Amino acid sequence: MILTRFAKVAAIAAIGTLSLAACGGTTTTSTDSASSAASSAASSASSTETSASASQSAGGTELTCPAGKINGGGSSAQDIAMQALTKEYNSLCSANGSEVIYTKSGSGQGIKDFYNKQLQWAGSDSALKTEPKDGVVETEKVKARCGGNEGWNLPMIVGPVAFAYNLDGVDKLTVTPAIVADIYAGKITTWNDKALAAANPGVTLPAEKIAPFFRADESGTSENVTKYLKAAAPKNFTAETSKTFPAKVGEGKQGTQGVADAIKSTKGGFGYVEWKYAQDAQLGVSSVDNGSGAVELTAENAGKAMESAKIVGTGNDLALKLKYDGTPAGVYPMVMVTYEIVCSAGLDQAQGALMKDFLTYMTTPEAVTTLQSAGYAPLPEAVATKVSTAIQALK
Amino acid sequence: MNQPAEPLRAATLEPEDHDTLAHLAGAADESPVGKHLTPETRGRITIPHVELAPPTKGPDRFFSGLTVTTGVVIVAMIAAIAIFLVASAVGPLSRNQVNFLTSTRWDISDQNLAFGIAALLWTTVLSSIVAMVIAVPVAMGVALLITHYAPSRVGRVVGFLVDLLAAVPSIVYGLWGARVFAPWLKPFGDWLSDTLGFIPLFERGVTSAGTVFAASLVLAIMILPIITAISRDVFDQTPRDHIEAAWALGATKWEMIRIAVIPYGRSGSIAAAMLGLGRALGETIAVMLILSTVPGFSWSLFSGGQTFASLIARGAPEFDSPTKAGAYIAAGLVLFVLTFAVNGVARAVAAGGKKG
Repeated sequence: MILTRFAKVAAIAAIGTLSLAACGGTTTTSTDSASSAASSAASSASSTETSASASQSAGGTELTCPAGKINGGGSSAQDIAMQALTKEYNSLCSANGSEVIYTKSGSGQGIKDFYNKQLQWAGSDSALKTEPKDGVVETEKVKARCGGNEGWNLPMIVGPVAFAYNLDGVDKLTVTPAIVADIYAGKITTWNDKALAAANPGVTLPAEKIAPFFRADESGTSENVTKYLKAAAPKNFTAETSKTFPAKVGEGKQGTQGVADAIKSTKGGFGYVEWKYAQDAQLGVSSVDNGSGAVELTAENAGKAMESAKIVGTGNDLALKLKYDGTPAGVYPMVMVTYEIVCSAGLDQAQGALMKDFLTYMTTPEAVTTLQSAGYAPLPEAVATKVSTAIQALK
Repeated sequence: MNQPAEPLRAATLEPEDHDTLAHLAGAADESPVGKHLTPETRGRITIPHVELAPPTKGPDRFFSGLTVTTGVVIVAMIAAIAIFLVASAVGPLSRNQVNFLTSTRWDISDQNLAFGIAALLWTTVLSSIVAMVIAVPVAMGVALLITHYAPSRVGRVVGFLVDLLAAVPSIVYGLWGARVFAPWLKPFGDWLSDTLGFIPLFERGVTSAGTVFAASLVLAIMILPIITAISRDVFDQTPRDHIEAAWALGATKWEMIRIAVIPYGRSGSIAAAMLGLGRALGETIAVMLILSTVPGFSWSLFSGGQTFASLIARGAPEFDSPTKAGAYIAAGLVLFVLTFAVNGVARAVAAGGKKG
């Protein structure tokens, strides 16, 4: 699947550069295989180095592929997405030597490295904080880093979180936020509990014990799940929102992979994991009933959660507040939005151009396809338009 | 046991005599005689010959300078680490709302700093001790097999294979432990906790395979090669005379090993075991991947938990404030002191062993 996608992108790239190749007087006759297309594209581009810039096109959006290198980093929740996107962008723009690198280090660390000028942008699970924490106001720090210009939070990657389970013979399960909160509080301990039975009419649930799993390490995923539970089931979930999951029972496992592995190898296992991991481990994925009926987890349903989100940033700063409770029918509520935090202006010219070009690439249909096959949800039209406007306004 | 060993002990002086001579001979390295020393010629070097080479020559001074420098650098580094740990830990410790040494809580959110190391200390020490209990006898057995029982060719192969265990990176042990070994071990663990569950140490804890017991067994495998390798070298160096003497007394093979090999290798193998213990105490990734964390605290081997190292490694990606980092560093400081204490005890035991 990745190969064919690569082939598509490479073919588009090749077509884009064919005209240039013709200008350079090189005759390229065969584009029958992806690799030869890509290599001829590369060679033709390098043979026309004298032309101002060899631009690439992806899905109708012109990429300028400015030469240079930018580094971003932070949130590990968007790491899979960013690795796939940077890889494709770098290969699309390899002729010009554009290089974009993303390194996961945790959201807090990413923001810190960004304002300490070690990175050109940060990936983060939460928007920049406007209130002081440990004597540091993130927005102020970022403003200083960007030469007095504002930092913008651009919500670009939406990751649905699945409530995954391992139960023989149960291929459809619905949970409510209250049930999830009660499972982690130790109030619901068996799968045939009354509350679960009520949420799953017509489904025979076994009398097995529930083995709840959660993240042992601090994570943005835990933070988002606690935010969701606190908003959607305030009576059942009484703990504070936190990057460390406040479970009263169950076991913590290292990383999303650790949680997914544990659910897979434990009968009766239950836990929250990023959707992609649940799919890869072939775990059961629960539908969520947020009060207006059970909603299955699909990319589309998860994307809809963004539509009801409120923009709390001003202008092109698109910091969001997700609506977790009382979502309309057909919306899968448990999603996590991660941001690209960038300077609205103030990077040096070459880096600024590359930043803008890469973010533009992230909004192309190719990039969206890549994101979806990596287990992320697409941005709904309304949000995507705003993000595109903000990117165009970057200096 | 002391009676027959007595005459042998006088002989232990002999290798030291050899060492002294070899050292003196080394100083006379440039002399034609000193260049090609064989065990036979070594004994014939006379003291007057050595005195011909004055001890204050350039290379000699350079070498002694070098050793002093390396020594000072190491000590300075340890001191610097200790200072860094203490300096970073003081702030959060002064704001800590619970007793750092006796609390089992680990809450490092900014508003409510309450962290203690009791649970960590217990899990760390418990897992390391269980690992030692399993690894040390096995390692000693393998070392003796290689040096005294197996034919030398077989011994070499076994030794090579054990050394190979040391070349496996700990993340591989972690993944293997978490995905293969721990689930495989689970039925045995379940049986143990069903049978002996009335003892708190064996109480049933977690549902998954990520128990302290599983982590300890993987640790045992991880520290096996280092203990085996050093013990093997030490046992291998048992002076021929001691062994011959034991044979001459009419000892059986086991008696020979008991009165000649083990007393000679005792301090060395204790040092080896302590190196292994050091590794077990500080092992990070493997433990982090295998061990489940649990809300609250449990004494049981069949529950989950956190060791110092696994806690710090789990927290490291999100050290977004000095307070938070400081709390983890305070835990690191305790591990530092613990390792120091273990080393001190090991030295004392090893030294005690030498004096008899």
